[in-house]
Amino acid sequence: MTARERIAGNVAGYVDDRTGAAKWMKKNLTKVFPDHWSFLLGEICLYSFIILLASGTFLTFWFDPSQREVIYDGGYQPLSGLKMSAAYASTLHLSFEVRGGLLMRQIHHWAALIFMVGIVVHLLRVYFTGAFRKPREFNWIIGVGLLTLGIVEGFLGYSLPDDLLSGTGIRIAEAIIQALPVVGSYIAFFAFGGAFPGEAFIPRIYTVHVLLLPGIFLALITVHLMLVWYQKHTQFPGPGRTEKNVVGYPLMPIYMAKAGGFFFIVFGVTAFLGAVASINPIWLYGPYTPGQISAGSQPDWYMGWLDGLVRMSPPIETHAFGHTISWNILIPGLILPGIMFTLLALYPFIESWATGDKREHHLLDRPRNAPNRTALGAMALTFTLVGLLNGGNDIIATTFHLTINQMMWFSRIGIVVLPPIAFVITKRLCLSLQRADRELVLHGRETGRLVRLPHGEFVEVHEPLSPEKAWTLTAHEQLAPLELPEFDGAGVRRAGAIKNKIRNRISRATAVAVPKATESERRELEGHH
Amino acid sequence: MKRLSRLRRHRAAGPILLVFALFTIGTTFQVASAVSNTTTTAADRSATIEEGKQLFLKGCSSCHGLNAEGGGIAPSLIGVGAASVDFQVGTGRMPMADMSTQAVRKKVVYTPEEINALATYVASLADGPAVPTDAVLNYERDGSVAQGGELFRTNCAMCHNFAAQGGALTQGKYAPTLMGVEPKQIYEAMITGPQSMPVFSDKTITPAEKLSIIKWIKAAEKEPQLGGTALGRVGPVTEGLLVWTLGIGLLIGVAVWLAMKAR
Repeated sequence: MTARERIAGNVAGYVDDRTGAAKWMKKNLTKVFPDHWSFLLGEICLYSFIILLASGTFLTFWFDPSQREVIYDGGYQPLSGLKMSAAYASTLHLSFEVRGGLLMRQIHHWAALIFMVGIVVHLLRVYFTGAFRKPREFNWIIGVGLLTLGIVEGFLGYSLPDDLLSGTGIRIAEAIIQALPVVGSYIAFFAFGGAFPGEAFIPRIYTVHVLLLPGIFLALITVHLMLVWYQKHTQFPGPGRTEKNVVGYPLMPIYMAKAGGFFFIVFGVTAFLGAVASINPIWLYGPYTPGQISAGSQPDWYMGWLDGLVRMSPPIETHAFGHTISWNILIPGLILPGIMFTLLALYPFIESWATGDKREHHLLDRPRNAPNRTALGAMALTFTLVGLLNGGNDIIATTFHLTINQMMWFSRIGIVVLPPIAFVITKRLCLSLQRADRELVLHGRETGRLVRLPHGEFVEVHEPLSPEKAWTLTAHEQLAPLELPEFDGAGVRRAGAIKNKIRNRISRATAVAVPKATESERRELEGHH
Repeated sequence: MKRLSRLRRHRAAGPILLVFALFTIGTTFQVASAVSNTTTTAADRSATIEEGKQLFLKGCSSCHGLNAEGGGIAPSLIGVGAASVDFQVGTGRMPMADMSTQAVRKKVVYTPEEINALATYVASLADGPAVPTDAVLNYERDGSVAQGGELFRTNCAMCHNFAAQGGALTQGKYAPTLMGVEPKQIYEAMITGPQSMPVFSDKTITPAEKLSIIKWIKAAEKEPQLGGTALGRVGPVTEGLLVWTLGIGLLIGVAVWLAMKAR
């Protein structure tokens, strides 16, 4: 035993004697994680969150969350001598006079954008592979919660500097609050501590942005990860992989190195963007004054689809009993997002209700093997994407020489027409891919090599699939549609007959599939050649 | 004789003589210069107007009418002033390439002398805003960048964007970028209100304030790219585009590499 090993052993022994950590560590350090690039997407969010905490802490050292009016006398000449809030002035100071301040601000903002992108791509991976199924429904709901809070947290964050763009965003938020029937104006007065903009809002959202929401994030992320730890990670189907095992590499040392290394990559990419690409140049926007506005005022991308929905809504208002209800704000600003996020959160339960599948699942689906789910996902994505495109309608219009009116009508019609089209196309594509899989399993890979047989027949040589590959392509199970009884033994309609009929219909639509190649079919075909 | 001598030595004699002398010199100069000026300008002017008229008949009258009275497809130019002509023709917007939603800025067709002739001809039809002289346009000396920025954000940014990069209007119309526009043309645009732009009269924005706006635009042109590439200065749309392409692209690329089996 070398001196170094002896010292390490002594330290470890010292800690273990007092904490009893060795047993726990031994068990958990060898925990196995499956290997797939898409399982690293969630880590992007975790690491961006850490970057956000660190860079955000740095920013709080100089940021002054106050709407107190000051006269700017800092180094940025084009704003010199102007009246502005202390929040804006301190952000200018942070950007131009604090060493590394602008870089940290840009890292913080890029990290926030990457955090949200990470959440969305992670969510798409979980959705399209069916990783949300039992027993992971809670974790799905926590994830949807993190997405929703992330949108709010990001919005509050870029609202803090009190520049012209962020003030415009807060003004729209106020309009959305006011659109609530009856109570809207009262809630807006409560939130802003009086009439817009007042002096209360920046200090309030500062507390929520740096204390309340990060605290909730920390708690939710901890539970999210503990549940992954406890329920173990899902894995893609393959030889040797079952619902009861996890095939992969142990945490120590393989995943420790991979995940640890990935943290530095994420930090590196964020810092690279922060160093080379300007983001939220608040000194160009100018201080916020309610009387000013800039063309092309847009929210950050994760709010963009909501902005797009508001931009496309026709001007509908009703006046009744002394109250105005602005449907043009209420529907796209509150009702539609409410429906979207509720459906998203409840999707695991909706799907298990439709399929009648209440079993645990630890093996993932390939998206093509769940055509209905994949098509629904494509439909929701199309809806959001049309909204997002319309959110940037003015920039797109000037860049591609279109008119805003064309964009608006495209979105108004497209948001209704395109999602169903996306559904049908995606479902067809999935079934075609299933058919291609079936062909591949039954006939093998086409080699393009033509051979002439002794009796003159030309055949193309098909290279048979390896047993592993064939297993992977056929391991999934194909559920038969539900057949819930509508009549009882005596031929009388049961109490829940209509409900069962609906469930049967939905289940039939969900279970549509190209029958996968069976072993006997395969053997029969092999016998021919 | 004695009396004259006494008057000559009167206390007020000096000042009176001075005033008289100044008056005489001033009047003489005024009359002399005015006479010489009117004679030369009148001749020059009528020649220029004639030249402008010929150019107008050749290049503009098919749409604007033989007497600039306008027509079904083009507005009357009577009373639009020299500034308007100088702006429209001097930025290449006129003559129009096609009858689309908006005249686009393009290569200037006429020489400065020809533009001056056209402007003088149109100005001769009726009074209108004149082309600002270099003496008026001393924005380097008379303007304030910070004040100009405030005025720009209040009056211009709603169409031209916070960094004067331009923006979309309804039905395919747009507010063009102000990068690379000559100070004279910015001034003329403000006093004549070309196309969708409103007129900012000297009562709304004083000439001094106009110079401040020009000074701010010129400063915005030279604005260094603080914090890295400016991404077009159009707000968060390009930022979102970059994070969804380069940002997540790099990260997914690395994730794929990390998850590859060691060979």
